[in-house]
Order: sequence, then structure tokens, then C-alpha cells
Amino acid sequence: MPLLEAAGISKVFGKLTALDGAGLTVGENEFHGLIGPNGSGKSTLMKCVAGAEVPTTGKVSFINTDITTFTPTERARAGMSLKFQITSVLPTLTLYDNILLALQAHSSLFDLVFSRTRKTLHDQVMMMLAQFRLADRAHDAAATLSHGQQQWLEIAMALAGRPRLLLLDEPTGGMSLEERRVTGELLQPIKQHCSLVIVEHDLDFIRDICDRLTVLDQGRVLASGTVAEIQSNKSVQEIYLRRA
Amino acid sequence: MGAAEQAVARLSEGPVVVTGEGVSAESAPAGQASAGRRVLPIVEALVLLIALVLPLVLQDYLTVFATRVIILALFAISFDLVWGYAGIMSFGQALFFGAAGYGVALLARDLNVTSIFLILPAGTLIGLTASLLLGGFLLLGRYPSSVIFVSLGTLTGSYAADRLARGWYYLGGQNGIPSIPSMSLGSYDFEEGTTFYYLALGILVVVYLLCRFLVRSQFGLALAGLRENEQRIAFFGYKAQHLKAIIFAIGGTIAGLAGSLYAFHEGFVWPNMLGVVFSTQVVLYVLFGGSGTLIGAVIGTVIIEGVSFWLSDNYRDVWPIILGVLLLLVIMFRPLGLISFVLGERERVGSFGIRPREKRDAAP
Repeated sequence: MPLLEAAGISKVFGKLTALDGAGLTVGENEFHGLIGPNGSGKSTLMKCVAGAEVPTTGKVSFINTDITTFTPTERARAGMSLKFQITSVLPTLTLYDNILLALQAHSSLFDLVFSRTRKTLHDQVMMMLAQFRLADRAHDAAATLSHGQQQWLEIAMALAGRPRLLLLDEPTGGMSLEERRVTGELLQPIKQHCSLVIVEHDLDFIRDICDRLTVLDQGRVLASGTVAEIQSNKSVQEIYLRRA
Repeated sequence: MGAAEQAVARLSEGPVVVTGEGVSAESAPAGQASAGRRVLPIVEALVLLIALVLPLVLQDYLTVFATRVIILALFAISFDLVWGYAGIMSFGQALFFGAAGYGVALLARDLNVTSIFLILPAGTLIGLTASLLLGGFLLLGRYPSSVIFVSLGTLTGSYAADRLARGWYYLGGQNGIPSIPSMSLGSYDFEEGTTFYYLALGILVVVYLLCRFLVRSQFGLALAGLRENEQRIAFFGYKAQHLKAIIFAIGGTIAGLAGSLYAFHEGFVWPNMLGVVFSTQVVLYVLFGGSGTLIGAVIGTVIIEGVSFWLSDNYRDVWPIILGVLLLLVIMFRPLGLISFVLGERERVGSFGIRPREKRDAAP
């Protein structure tokens, strides 16, 4: 059984059909790239998987459970995590508190009120910050970070709950080349415990880190397969050439 | 060595990344520096000190006025928790304040209950029950309620209660319930004046400290997340609607406590106490003083009430206009309230990690 299976997903906004029977299958410990031209429905498909949108038709299964109508909270508790396209770190909180906020999400109310997990989570917070090269900024407000660093902080927050599946919507948007390279390196180690679905415009980045790709065009799946298969696919080359 | 650490080790050998503003080097001691100059405890101590000596220097009628202000400050804190800390726009906080006031007034009128040990718990319970009911209806759903729904829902609740009280003969209609007897402790009666002042102050300090504990806890961090980006924290797995309903009920409980004190201090209750007038007044206290800080709510109440008192004495006809202009000026130029003159953004938001004492314990 795949970890995630979305099938027959359609999403209609008024007169606009954003998705028309699209699908996505992701296995355990797989990095899966979701690519396609602008307006092909990548972000909408991601949102339907994440629970930010409810698909008009179709079914999303995650770890053998039908989660199509789960709320974001329920999905998070089932082991799914999401990094938004627009960075949504909490700007006025320190980096430390941003991570702590993500880590303590599963603590009981009693533990939260009496701050009983604060001490035990401290090491994890510092480890996550170190892993994403942010440890020396721990006590600064997140708003003071550069754009690339905010993206890393956000990825760190999304990973804090040890999800089985992480959805990344344009993680390298607005990053320098060097920051992109580092992002790729930062993501590699998580493969041991987590699968990844990644929407990204930077095709080099996608090719470097992904195992499999799904190509969307006009709300439908154009092709899906390994990176090599997709690269040699005629119709994929066509849509990218057509728009290039 | 774990995989993550290996990755870190490997990465740290690589070339240095360009990190935007290049502030990393100087930023390390920033946290410590800001920890060294905290102004909030100083402001809090100062306000407490003034409050403690006030009845010694004030004339009797002013002590009565100051007691009223302290009770209203308690009410302001209840709203600040809900709005300033959790970001829930409640335009109907007076509903809980007034419902408790009416409830305890009825207990005194119809059942001759005046013991402080029954009155205050009863008022608190009424506030809790009312806010659980309204909060449950407005906030608990499978999906988060919209801001408009919550603000109009609370406003409507408060307005409806006001109308209900005005039209209901049993509650005294427009006139409310007059001449409530004094609150008692054994054979002692709490009359307006110095004793009542210190009673109210004592309760305010206790509630303040409890709220301070709460908003600085990990629960306070969850509230900060709720306030800043509710959708984001839902994606972490927080039950955002539950958090909201809980803090709403805590706010309602404190408003109930304040309302029951207010009823016995004034000696009567009237429909305005439930309605839009008090509900908006408390918004202004908190906006003026500084939302999201407990002391800001207290300071805002003191200043608005103090200024209105003075203005209404000296400028009998135009004082509401002067007060309105003052409020507008503060909201335009100091959207974070008067407290922001002395309190920086970083300290206002605060930090929620382990405290230095715990850090020492944690270190081997």
C-alpha cells in the first residue's frame, strides 16, 4: 500500500475547473515532485491533500485511512505536515518559540498550562534549530530572518511533529542559488523517516532531490514516473517547450 | 551520531551560506541583552505600589471611585485574555459581567444570600456557564468560525441580554435591581470604602497573577499562535477551536467575578451592565492601555475612567467629545496602546522557552 493515494481529484471554483480528475501516489520514504506549468493545478492538488481545500470529487487515502474530509488538525494528528507557499512563521515570536509551538502541539492541555513539557522539549528545539543552521538566532524574532532562513525555519516547524509525510509548497521560492543547494542538503536526511511531496518551479532542484515526479497540465495528470522516465517523456517536453 | 547530527556536521564543513542581512554574528547575545532590561515587572510593581497606598491619600468619595475602577480593571483583564492574547474579537464581554451581576443581585434580593463565600463563587459560576454556552455555540465547530460570525454573535448576545433585562419585570425592567444589601463576611458587612477597596485589589492581584502565570506558560505560547495565525497552528495539530473555547470561558469566568463584585459595590444592577455600552467600554480600556499585556488593560481602565471622571467634572458638556478625540489619537498613533511608550514589541510578545533556572537544572 502506498503511503498517500489521491485519486480522481476534481476541484471546481465557480466556473473555473482547477483540477479535473488528478491523482497522486506517494510511497514510503519517497521524495515526490509535483510539477507543471503555471495554473496547472499543482497548488490546488497540494491543498486538497493537505486539507486546506476540500475536493469537489475524489478520494484521498493516507496510511490506509480515507482522510478526504479530515480537517487540517485531524490530518496533522494522523502524521501529515505542510509548509505553506507563503511563509507563515509567526513573525513576532522568537525562532525558539516558533519551533516549540510546533513541537508542543501534541501536549495535553494540562501539560501546556503547567508548562510540563517545556524542559523536555528544550533539547529537541535546539537540535532542530541546529539542523537548520539557525541555532545562533534562537532568541531573535522570526521577522528578523532573511527570506531563505524563514523558509528553513518553516520547514523545521513542519518537521517538528515527526510527520510521515511532509508537503512542501515551493520551498525554494525567492532563494539564492546557494540557499537552494543548502535546502536540498537539509532535506536529504529526513528521507529516513518521512516522505515528501514537493511543488517547485526550479526543475534542477526537483531533479536533484526527487525519486519520482508527477506532471500536471490543465488540471490533469500528464505523466507520472521516475525522474528519468519523465525526462524522456515526449508530451512533457512539449508542454515545457511550448511555454518556454 | 544520529543522521540529523551527521547532516549538521557535514553541512557545517561546507562553504558559508549567505544569510541575507548578515546579522547572524551579532545576534547571539541579543536574547540575553533584552532579558537584562525588562520593563514589564517594573511597571507592574509601580502600579501595585500606587494602588496599595492610594486609599491612604484619597478622600473617601475618591476611594469609592477607585474601587469601581479596580473592579472594571478586572473586567478589562477578562477581555484582554480573550482578545489581546487569543485574538478572539468578542464584542459582548459585558454579557458575562452583567449576567453575573444580575444573578448575584437576585440571590441577595430573593434568597437573602449575601455571604462573600457564596456570592463570589456564584458570580464566577454564572460567568463560566454563560461563556461556555455562548462560546460553545460560536466557537466550537468542525471548522473555525469566521471573525465576523464571532464578533457579531457576541455583540448580538450582549444586545439581546440588555433588551431582555429591560423588558423583564422580574429583573426590574429599565430600572434594574436597586438597593442590593451589602456583601457580608460573617457579621461583617463590606460597605463602600477602604475595606472594599482592598478586597477588590486583593482579588485583582490574585487574578492578575493567575493570568500572568497562564499567559507565560506553554498554553500562552499556544494562544500566541492562535492570535497570530490560527490556520497555521491547526496544521500543527492544535485543536484551535477548543483552545478558543477554553480561553473564552476563562475570560467569561473572570468577567463574572468582576460583575458580582461590581453589583455589590454599586448596590444596584441595571441593563447597561449587560449590554453594548459596557461591552464597548471594555474594548476601549484594553485598546487604550495596550492589548496583549495584562498591565496595559489595567492602566487603560485607570486612565480612561480617571480622565472621564475629571473631564465630566470640569467640562460638563463637551467631555465625551474630548475623551473620544483622545482615544482616537491613541489608536491612530499608538495602536499598541499607551504601554508601548515604555514596552518594546519583543518584550510584549515575550518568550516561552525554559527559564534560566530550569536551564541550570537541565544542564549537566
